This record gives sequence, C-alpha cells and structure tokens, in this order.
Amino acid sequence: MTSVFLETPRRLVDVEIDGQAVRVPEGATLLDACRARGIDTPTLCYLENLTPVNVCRVCVVEVEGSRTLVPSCSRTAEAGMNVHTDSERVRTSRKMVLEFLASSADVSLASADVRRWIASYGVDPSRYGSPAPDAGAGERDAARPGEHHAPAGDAAATVGQPVKVDNEAYVRDYSRCILCYKCVEACGEDAQHTFAIAVAGRGFEARISTEYDVTLPDSACVYCGNCIGVCPTGALMPLSEYAMRQAGTWDESRQTVTSTICPYCGVGCNVDLHVQDNTIVKVTSPLDSEVTHGHLCVKGRFGFEFVQRRRREE
Amino acid sequence: MDLRLTAKAAATDAERAAVDEVLGPPPSQWEGGARRAQDAHQAFGGHAARGRRHQLITVLHAIQDKAGWISPGALDYVAERLTVPPAEAFGVASFYAMFRTVPPATGLSPGTVVHVCDDVACQVAGAEALCAEMTRRFGPEGADRVPTGNGFHGAGVTWQRSPCLGKCDLGSAALIQRAGTAAPRRDLAPVTPDAVRDALAGSGPAAGVPLGVLVPQLSSRTGPGFASPDIAASPGSGPVSLLRRVGRVDPASLGSYRAAGGYEMLRRALRLGPQGVIREVRDAKLAGRGGAAFPTHIKWDAVAANPVRPKYVVCNADESEPGTFKDRVLMEADPYALVEALTVMGYACGAEQGYLYIRGEYPTAEGRLAHAVAMAREHGFLGPRVMGESFAFDIEIRRGAGAYIAGEETALINSLEGKRAEPRNKPPFPAQSGLFGQPTAVNNVETLLSVLEILRVGGPAYAAVGTPGSTGTRLFCLSGCVPAPGLYEYDFGVTLRTVIDGAGGVAGGRPLQAVLLGGAAGVFVGPQALDMPLTYEGTRAAGATLGSGVVLVLDDTVSVPALLRRITRFFRDESCGQCVPCRVGTVRQEELVARLAGPVSGEPGSGKPAPLGSVAAELALLKDIGYVTRDASICGLGQTALSAVESAVKLGLIGTDFTGTDFPGTDSQGV
Repeated sequence: MTSVFLETPRRLVDVEIDGQAVRVPEGATLLDACRARGIDTPTLCYLENLTPVNVCRVCVVEVEGSRTLVPSCSRTAEAGMNVHTDSERVRTSRKMVLEFLASSADVSLASADVRRWIASYGVDPSRYGSPAPDAGAGERDAARPGEHHAPAGDAAATVGQPVKVDNEAYVRDYSRCILCYKCVEACGEDAQHTFAIAVAGRGFEARISTEYDVTLPDSACVYCGNCIGVCPTGALMPLSEYAMRQAGTWDESRQTVTSTICPYCGVGCNVDLHVQDNTIVKVTSPLDSEVTHGHLCVKGRFGFEFVQRRRREE
Repeated sequence: MDLRLTAKAAATDAERAAVDEVLGPPPSQWEGGARRAQDAHQAFGGHAARGRRHQLITVLHAIQDKAGWISPGALDYVAERLTVPPAEAFGVASFYAMFRTVPPATGLSPGTVVHVCDDVACQVAGAEALCAEMTRRFGPEGADRVPTGNGFHGAGVTWQRSPCLGKCDLGSAALIQRAGTAAPRRDLAPVTPDAVRDALAGSGPAAGVPLGVLVPQLSSRTGPGFASPDIAASPGSGPVSLLRRVGRVDPASLGSYRAAGGYEMLRRALRLGPQGVIREVRDAKLAGRGGAAFPTHIKWDAVAANPVRPKYVVCNADESEPGTFKDRVLMEADPYALVEALTVMGYACGAEQGYLYIRGEYPTAEGRLAHAVAMAREHGFLGPRVMGESFAFDIEIRRGAGAYIAGEETALINSLEGKRAEPRNKPPFPAQSGLFGQPTAVNNVETLLSVLEILRVGGPAYAAVGTPGSTGTRLFCLSGCVPAPGLYEYDFGVTLRTVIDGAGGVAGGRPLQAVLLGGAAGVFVGPQALDMPLTYEGTRAAGATLGSGVVLVLDDTVSVPALLRRITRFFRDESCGQCVPCRVGTVRQEELVARLAGPVSGEPGSGKPAPLGSVAAELALLKDIGYVTRDASICGLGQTALSAVESAVKLGLIGTDFTGTDFPGTDSQGV
C-alpha cells in the first residue's frame, strides 16, 4: 500500500481585498492573499524563505478598523477583514518609504521589481535636496548611539561610504544597504546559524556589522554567501561580480543561466550557474528549491573556479 | 552554539570579576572558566547558559560600571558566559547610549562621562550657556580630557549632551558615569560646571544616597520636597491623591510607609480576589498614564484570562519623555507604594514574577526602589507567601541603559530579554505573547499608583472624580517659564490656565507664547487654548494630547525654532532605526526644520540655508513625511515623531510665510 502524505486540513477564511472576496487558508498572511489575487504588492524585507521582520513597511495595506496601516507580509488574514491595497493612504506611504530609501541609499542595483515600483509610485528622491557627501571609511561604524552632528539642512543625509573589500569571496557595499535585516536573518536563525553579523548602532546610524566592525576574515563568517543570496539591493555581491562591474565587463544581457546540481557532496543542492562568455560568473540557488530554499554553502556558491581552470599552469 | 571569539586581548581580571559578580563564577571551560579534565569529554552550558541571555544588559552594565567601556575581550567573555554570538552582543551594546564601545583616548584610563541635559526644558532654562561653559572647562563635547587639578590621576573625563534627564523642575541636570567607583552613576541637579568639578574631585556631596537615612534629595521647588513648605499645594485636594505620601513618609523606611497606610491596599486586594481587583479597576475606568491612555483593566483581564503560564507583570519606569519627571518623583519619594502596587498587579494578573524596568539615568530612584524591594522581601511582602497568603510574588529591578525607545512596551520587553530595544509588531499583543513569549502586562508607574488609590476609595468613587471620560487625578510636570516649576496633581477636568496659574502663571508676568503639552511627542498649543480642559477627550477634541503630563510653558522670549531643532534632533537620536518611515523620516524632518529654523548656536553652518524651492514646498514635504511616519511606523515613537513640528507650523511658530496646509490627524479647533 502506498501512503500519501496529506497536509493537515486547514480552515479557510474569507477576507475582502479591494472589494473582491478572497478565500485563503487560515494562517495565511494578507500578502499571501494579495498575491493569490494577483495584486502587485511591493516588498523589500520580505522573502519566502525568511521569517518576516516587517521593518521596511513598503508592503503596508489599509485594514478597515485599524488606526494605522498594517504590514501585509506579517499580518495574518482574519475572517471579515476589509483590506484596501490601493487607497490614497497606502499609495502615499509606499511612495514615501521608497523615496526615503532612494534618497538615503544607492538603489541603482536593486532588482527590476524595485525599480519598477520606484517608477510606478512616482518616487522623487531629489525632493530632499542634493545628497550629502559620503562618510569616510569607518566613520559610520564609529557612530555612538544617541549622537550625531546636527545637520545644516543643505544636503540630504545618506548611508554613503566606501566599499568594504576584505576577503576573496564577497564585498560589502553598505552605501546600498537599506537595512532590511535579511542578511542578518540568513546568517543567523533562518539559515546558517553562524551569527557573524548583526544590526549594530541605532537610528539612522544603525548598520549591519560584525562585532567592533572587525573584518570578515576575523569574524565568525564562513563565506556561505547566503547573505548575498537574500540582499535586495546589491549591497552584498560576489567579488567576481564586483570586479567585473568595476571593469565594466558585467553584462547581464549576455548571461545565460544553467540549472544543475552542485557537484560537491551528497546533499544535491540545486544551483543556477550564471554564465557570461562561457565563464561562470556567479552561482545562485532558486528560492523554491526544496533542497536549498535558496541557501548554499561556501563550496556551492564560490567553489566554481576549478571548472574554469582547464590547464594546470593556469 | 559554536562561538567564534575574535578579541585580540582577553578580558581583564577586573572585567571578569564584574561579570562573575552578576552571574557567579563560570562552572566550566565551556562558559569561559578554567579548563577542567571533564570539560574535554562533556559539553556544559548549553540551554542553561542560553537561558541566561536575558541578563546581557545587566552584565554589560557591570562591565561599564567597572571598566568604563565594553572592551572586545570583555564582550567575548560575556558571549561565552551567556552563549550569545559576539556580533549580536555588540549589536546590543552599541544600541544603548550609556554603554561605550570605543576605547578611551590613548594614554588615558577610561574614566568618567558627564551627560549634561540640553533637552527642551533645560533649553528654556539656559542649557546652551551651561554647555558653552562645560566646553570651556572640560574641552569640546565628546573628547576625552584630563582636567587639571587633584584627584583625577590620569582618568579621562568626557562630557556630552544628553536627552532629558527628568529633572526639568530643577532647571539643569547631569548624570555622571564614573567607572570603577562605589557610585558608578550619579545624578546631579541643578548642575553647574563647579558642581561637576566638585563631584568628580570627590569633594562634592557624598556619592549616592545612603539608605536608611532620611535624605530625599528632592528640590524644594518640586513641591513634594521633604521639608518643603509648598507640599500641600501639590497633591490633589479631592479624595484621590497619588502624592498623598510624598514628602510625608521616609522613602527608606517600611515602617514609615506602613504607618501612612502602606500595604493596606494589598491586604484589601487579597480579600477582593484577582477578579475583584480587576473589577474595581474597570469600574474606576482607569486609563494608562504612560501616554497612550489604554484602559488598564482590558490589559489585566486579558493576561488574567490567558491560560498560559507563567505570566509576567512589568512596571514601565523608563520615564524618558522630554519634560517628564513625575515617575522619578514618585519613585524617589514613595518607593514602597510602587512595590505594593506592582504586587497588586501581579496578584490581579496571576503572575508570580514582576519586573521593574527603570531607566539608567535614575540612580537615586533605583537605589531607593532596590532598598524597598529588599525590605519588602525581608518582611514577607514579597516572596513565596506574600502577607502570609498562598500567593507567591517577587520583583526584579532591571536598569535601562539610555534609550528613549525602551519606554515603548514591546521594546521594553525586548530590552528585558537582553536584546536591542526594538519594538515588536503588534499583534500579537503582550497579553498574548510578551516577555519570553508569555502573557505579559506592562503599566506605567503613575498608572500603578492610581490602582492603589482605586482600591483605597473603591472603583465607583474613583470614577466619580474627574470627568466621565477621564476619571481620577492626573500628575502634571510643570517646567519652563513659571515661577514654581514642579509636580502638580489635579482632578481631571482642570483647564490649562488653572494648571499654569497653579505654578504661579507665566514668570515675570510676560506674555505666553505657547505651551508644549505632552512632551516631545506632544503638541504646541497657543494662548487661545488656555481654557482647554486637560482631559483625554478635551485634548483630543482640540487636536492636542496629554501625553505624559508635560506642561512646558514658553514665554515670548523663548525661541520655538531652537526648541524644534532640539526636538527633531531628539527623535533622530532616539529612533531605534528598525523601520524605514521613522529611521529616515526623523532625519528628513530634522533637515527640513534646520532649513526652516536656521542654525542654532554652537552648531556648524552659517546663515540660514534657503528652503528647497519655497517654504510652501517645504511644508508640503513636511506633510508627506508626517503622513508616512504616522501611518506606517511600527510603534508610537515614529507615529508621534512629527506632531510637535506640525503643531508648531499650525500655530505659525515656524514657517510663517505659508498657511493652509491641512495636516491629517491634527485637525484643530483654534489650537
């Protein structure tokens, strides 16, 4: 006899989204409900394989009876909820969140989705004035909580700072960091359990940091690169990609993606090889892979050089 | 958990001793102790060590107090003892303003930090002059210096500006952190550079307040001063009065408290039963006094009715709203009442453990509360059988470390768990999942003391005081341009005019320019609002707020734009940084107000930068910033971060060449 695994049956709850009735399983979030309806809901700090931290607030929706907007990524759908995803309140807040981020961080390498939302919500970062000059190396890391230089108001503060290149696997360009907490989660409880990085400092000076900003080789980092896999803005990037971008040779239009299985151990992780000019330039893993949930180890993510070294003298 | 420790130098003996004083000696090599034979064969620590993680902030305090900064070696030792990854421990240490994570200047032993209050009330009282004098005497703000003179022995002194220290009635205040001394934290008010110097050189008044001695160092102008003639004027004159014992009982003596009727209310509560207590609180229609005005009985009932155990009750004594000092006065002058009230709360909610989270800037109040808790325990008012009944309850005092946001109840819960004080998203509410994921009720000091009054007069009688919508009495923290700043108690329903007149009116008979109601998270109201009743419904109808009871009176000489710059700096400094609307919104607000207000003294930049585009464009931008922070921030800090500036715009106190912006949520009626 074959046994068939059935999920525990779940009750269904009815909610109304933008005037339309939606039925979702109990425990589903409003974001699930919106996406089931095909409603384009922007997200930044949300990812299917991570615990929602609901900090970016770009996925907010209006729930009738709620004083403030609610984050759809983490709010469970309750029977009888009446949800609006395109009201004036929702549009204003989403636009402002995107505008705040675009005016304080470099979002030029964010995903196509993010750039589409920035355009469709009418984001105008120039409203806050010209961006302030970048901070010097280590300046933001030395900030004390509860202190900052009072601004004159003639320039908009940013998180601009030099790129951190301190190891051979990946670079950290925190000028692009929007503090979505995803890398911290992937490094910690949601995937790797390495806890090499955490959020340090507070307020606008909050930052992703190792203890005392020690370099990655000095830290607990194991170079699994799962932080890169979840970063939405390109703040974390393989050194190979960074070097090509610096050299101006990175060209996604010339890249192909080949799905295969990692050759190293017996786990059988799904890997996507990004290939440009017959050379592997980056390795990722699909989020919906049942084996990896998008996460890899140092070998799978960075150990591809041997494929390209055909001759010993190279 | 495998920890990778990265410090170049191990913790010093003094640092280890400070940690061990809190946690006890390390039981094995696994937790940072000396290597023993069996450590090679068996893992120790594990769950037990991880279960102590909530003591992280307590331990960091111990190191800061002993060594003057949290060194990498000390942090590694803490990481081993509590099984916390060093990066995460650093994230916590670098969140709180009272912890220092940068080494002292070369050649100096880490010594002393003098935090000088320059927040709104002290601004009005002349904090800028004080700061200028501090710079002259102790060097530029934030720099380690060795003052000349005896008694410093190469120990560095740093002074820095501080947000409100809760001494607004005294005109100036400082908190002195002095590592390695018997009194590592001292509060000083009023403060002059000479007083700081004397305190540092050891020639000032004795450090700390000796317990058991009748010296409540309350100012005579605080009304409830111990030997002050104007005590009588301050407490409410009706049947209900929170300040009834202030100045009349010895804060160090349990006997004195009992002679004044102390612990009769706990006896009454034990007779009524938990549901009976909640019924009285419901009948009294008590609303939380911390600022949000949430009905207290709903919180208590939700926790009491929750079948999950254990449950916790928490007293929020992290009073940090600029301009607020009511809880400090209550805790310094009447600490046993708070211990009794928290015990009543624990009984009503079905909790066996209470936590009292007090801000680190209140060493005097903390010392008195610690003494009161110890005395109560000694005399059977806390412990396995409270007052001989089958009710077990105990209280642990936890000290904050310099973070306004820790006063938000879910941030406070995270802080109690030894984490960064980042607010949690609600739901779930603390009554369902609070401290350690258990049902938890959190209430402010004034709310808890109101419960004692409810038990004393009975719920219906309490509800008869005040107005139907706002029952009982309310404490008002008067500061600014009044001859007699201090703490005043009135029955709800009193008008703003009466409250200001009660403190002597505007000092020197000058015209009133505006009043800041409810603190930095509150609103400015103009002279036309003087007849507004200070009730929840009265202030709400006028688009104002009672907040934490702040009444900061400003005469026509005060520069409101300068105050707004301080308020916007405050919110940027105190935002936890978690959610985008507040983290960036507070920055953009500060920049915008800087453009509208121009530079204030002692800060860089000369001349007033031209507003971007026009003043009208700036105000439209302000409206958008206010919109998103109010509507999309996680917690109340972000949601109220722009209310003061928006109200000032409405009153024409800033950005005057523009009118007509309709600010959402603050629609006013002539205010």
